[in-house]
Amino acid sequence: MLLITCPNCGVAAEETELHAGGEAHITRFGPEASENDFEDYLFRRENPRGVHFERWRHANGCGKWFHAARCTATLEVFGTYSAQTTEPPREILETIRAKRPAWTWRDLK
Amino acid sequence: MSEPVSALNGASFGGYCDVTEIGLRGMVTLRGDLSAAAFKKVIEAETGLTVPGQRKIVHGKVVSLAWMSPDELLLLVSYRDAAATAARLADSLNHQHAMAVDVSDARASFRIEGSACREVLAKLAPVDLYPEAFGHGDIRRTRLAQVAGAIWMPDEASFEVVCFRSVARYVFDLLSEAARHGGQVGYPVET
Ligand SMILES: [Zn+2]
Repeated sequence: MLLITCPNCGVAAEETELHAGGEAHITRFGPEASENDFEDYLFRRENPRGVHFERWRHANGCGKWFHAARCTATLEVFGTYSAQTTEPPREILETIRAKRPAWTWRDLK
Repeated sequence: MSEPVSALNGASFGGYCDVTEIGLRGMVTLRGDLSAAAFKKVIEAETGLTVPGQRKIVHGKVVSLAWMSPDELLLLVSYRDAAATAARLADSLNHQHAMAVDVSDARASFRIEGSACREVLAKLAPVDLYPEAFGHGDIRRTRLAQVAGAIWMPDEASFEVVCFRSVARYVFDLLSEAARHGGQVGYPVET
């Protein structure tokens, strides 16, 4: 069972209360972008076995979006944080570095 | 003038707990920054209640005020007063980035009464309903089987449930089935 704590309402929500929103921190490339950038934005996704950053919505709860850092192999949740950010906060990165010294995700490590 | 009716016209079911549709009830959704002093001031002046903290509900003599999210409150009033209350609050919040809307007709509400009421809800929602984790003064938005709902305990032996009017029959049937005689499972377990 996957329990993720929603930072907006503080509930340790069971997975069925949540809606998965896909990969986090994707930069939007619009109509003026190059074809490569636009393709990356639309289609290219990380598919890690290990540390991953995702968007979730507390759909059957407070209704708000947030970010979660978790391990796709063990379901360990390293932390959750505000949806209103373009990168993981430092304390989340430090938690991951301490627990998974060899991890990488895009250009983070 | 047509006469307003609630979704299930006060339907009720008798099991090891009693399930009743509460009938017409006034509900006003308030949106705004709950951490902003100006917003709080208006709400507290208009309702006579203190803005509740995270996942809390406060009860006055006739109105209740519930925390729904960091930018949303639910004000429970009598059905008769809902439209005027929403209009008055909207007027008082006029100069803020805030909103007050009468949502009474979009909702249905239920009461579950009986000493084993915790287990009726525990069968339907992925929520820890042990007394240490949830009690009078708490409110929890969650799912009831397949639909969204909010639950709270007016006292130790009852729950109130709010859901969308469009799923009123579904929720009433769920609650009734969970409260049926012979279906008691002994939750919370005595330790
Ligand atoms: Zn939440």
